Amino acid sequence: MHNHPVYTDNDPQTEYSTLNLGPTHPATHGVFQNVLQMDGERIVSGVSTIGYIHRAFEKIAEHRPYYQITPLTDRLNYCSSPINNMGWHMTVEKLLGITMPKRVDYMRVIIMELARITDHIVCNSILGVDTGALTGFTYMMQYREAVYEIYEEICGSRLTTNIGRIGGFERNFNKIAFDKIRNFLKIFHVGLKEFESLFNRNRIFVDRTRGVAEVTAEAALSYSWTGPILRATGVDYDVRAMEPYSSYEDFDFEIPVGDNGDVYARFLVRNEEMWQSMRIIEQALTKLEKEPSDIFHADVPAFYLPPKEEVYNNMEALIYHFKIVMGEVETPTAEVYHAVEGANGELGFYLINDGGRSPYRLHFRRPSFINYQMYAPMSQGMLLSDAIINMSSLNVIAGELDA
Amino acid sequence: MGKIANEVLIKKLADKFPGQITESNQDYGLLSVETSREQITGVLSYLKTDSELKFTFLTDITSVHYPEQEKQIGVIYHLHSLTTNTRIRVKVFLSADDVHIPTATTLWDGANWMERETFDFYGVIFDGHPDLRRILNVDDMTVFPMRKEFPLEDPNRIDKKDYFFGR
Amino acid sequence: MSDIQIVEAPAGVEGSGFFATSLDKAIGMARANSLWPLPFATSCCGIEFMATMASTYDLSRFGAERLSFSPRQADLLMVMGTISKKMGPVLRQVYLQMAEPRWVMAVGACASSGGIFDTYSVLQGIDEIIPVDVYVPGCPPRPEGIIDGFMAIQKLVRTESLRRREEPQYQELLAKYGIQ
Repeated sequence: MHNHPVYTDNDPQTEYSTLNLGPTHPATHGVFQNVLQMDGERIVSGVSTIGYIHRAFEKIAEHRPYYQITPLTDRLNYCSSPINNMGWHMTVEKLLGITMPKRVDYMRVIIMELARITDHIVCNSILGVDTGALTGFTYMMQYREAVYEIYEEICGSRLTTNIGRIGGFERNFNKIAFDKIRNFLKIFHVGLKEFESLFNRNRIFVDRTRGVAEVTAEAALSYSWTGPILRATGVDYDVRAMEPYSSYEDFDFEIPVGDNGDVYARFLVRNEEMWQSMRIIEQALTKLEKEPSDIFHADVPAFYLPPKEEVYNNMEALIYHFKIVMGEVETPTAEVYHAVEGANGELGFYLINDGGRSPYRLHFRRPSFINYQMYAPMSQGMLLSDAIINMSSLNVIAGELDA
Repeated sequence: MGKIANEVLIKKLADKFPGQITESNQDYGLLSVETSREQITGVLSYLKTDSELKFTFLTDITSVHYPEQEKQIGVIYHLHSLTTNTRIRVKVFLSADDVHIPTATTLWDGANWMERETFDFYGVIFDGHPDLRRILNVDDMTVFPMRKEFPLEDPNRIDKKDYFFGR
Repeated sequence: MSDIQIVEAPAGVEGSGFFATSLDKAIGMARANSLWPLPFATSCCGIEFMATMASTYDLSRFGAERLSFSPRQADLLMVMGTISKKMGPVLRQVYLQMAEPRWVMAVGACASSGGIFDTYSVLQGIDEIIPVDVYVPGCPPRPEGIIDGFMAIQKLVRTESLRRREEPQYQELLAKYGIQ
């Protein structure tokens, strides 16, 4: 953090002014309120208020059957909904003891890594906007649209995807989807390179971001940070590598780390993660070719919703459909914690099941919520303009923050 | 360093806190232990500072409500030892008329908001917390909404009357 | 090649060297094509609005590239995303600060009706606290949907009589929401 001199209360010349930043301030990209004590342009102290879009996910989840919770997870971190969807599906599969065919795992990996790319695109290009460069944003949004087209091909929706089901996917990827994924990799290689050459050594951008909001690894760990911002401080904690889920152990990828945890390091870590995500997707596409091409869900009729034509023509499928929809499926009484590497950090699902129709208790460990609490303490002594780019590089998503 | 086996963990905890730790379950390989609120600070700081265990990372603090139990409110800590890649879950149960528990903010800065969230939803009072206020809900709310007796739906809504849906 | 299109002139009398129309129509046309939206973006729909503003969909084609984050200069309040009860008073304050004539667009299921979040903490539609002109359904609506809603607003603006805001019906409407 900065060591600029800050006037103390004893200074007779000092009069602090109070600045209310948010909850609808355009520079905050969401509904965050910070009441700051300002000494000129410098922040003396700040208090964060959150909860402006608190929607009571956890309470709703206690009243919904398992498959109806997927749409809720969409709306946690809506910049990378598929990761939340898959995380939830994997939690339930862990509870039920379902093992997935490799092909489904690889399909999930593709979708999750695409989601990570879109999230990092938004974060890094908005960081450019906040430092005064709109160009990166307007160019990078094209690639996000390209990913949205892939989602549309697979599940029909753009943002809140509700992609996949407990036990696999609702339908197989078609040829167009694969073509679009391959095409995306091709164009994004070029696009990301362009983006990097626009920013990485840009004098203005580097001056604005380097040394801003430096965080030590100790402080980051004490505040339970996870995700790219933790890795920017030099800690190589990534759930994908530590506790591989969805066959991440089959992939060859690197976990980029930064050195001093400043805004510039976070920017570089996110950029590098996009490269690594592309590497993973490429490997997954190769691996998929070796798998039987008609498997897209596990063979668990008791938990996987059967296709509609079978429901209408097949007695067994009808019974399963009825049981799943009415919540008559037998589930073990147990508690399970499952974590996935969301775009912002460790996204954990803590589920207590009592064998009933819906979870007895479902708690989301939301990385944005936990990462954001350091914001006010770390803003002390910072320039207001630095605090703004610090916020945008923390990539706090309001839906995930407030649940 | 490899993952610490659950048996080793239980043994170490039992040696350190004899009779104070009970194992609740080992669902899916994750050890859950239960302790009392008198011991919780000791247990957490032992787990954090012990040179072999090193549960230095606080993953989460949350709570759960079992209205039919004698001790209704459970406070649940998830810790993670990044060096050995081991997780542990620590639970403390409190009775509904005395929901006091010592704070964990003395051990982790990150516990601050997690405890505020737990207070906001379940009314658990963390003694020694620097700033125990509501965090997500409006300040003038009088109930703790995640407790089981609190209804989910908005009571002001008029277009969901029973006669529209026959329920 | 240039495919710039110019807004069609309103109906009027045209002769050599002159064009006559009513003041209502001329002002309506000008207003409709230079709306300054105030994006009150709280959650998911805000991200779709970002896509609407960005290169592929490009809302500036409709004369609305100038986002006015200050309510004083804004014509159109676009409420995108869930409004919780904690946020309600803020939204109302923003609406009160806007100068007449002002229009309101509720984008997405949450702003229109509370959406899937029928819970103790979520306002069940912003029309409980402020009057709304256009509702855009969807969770979230696609950018095409938002643009469609925006064009519906443009149509309202274009055809609105200049005296509408002084009429007793309008005052009654505001009074219903406790706004003077």
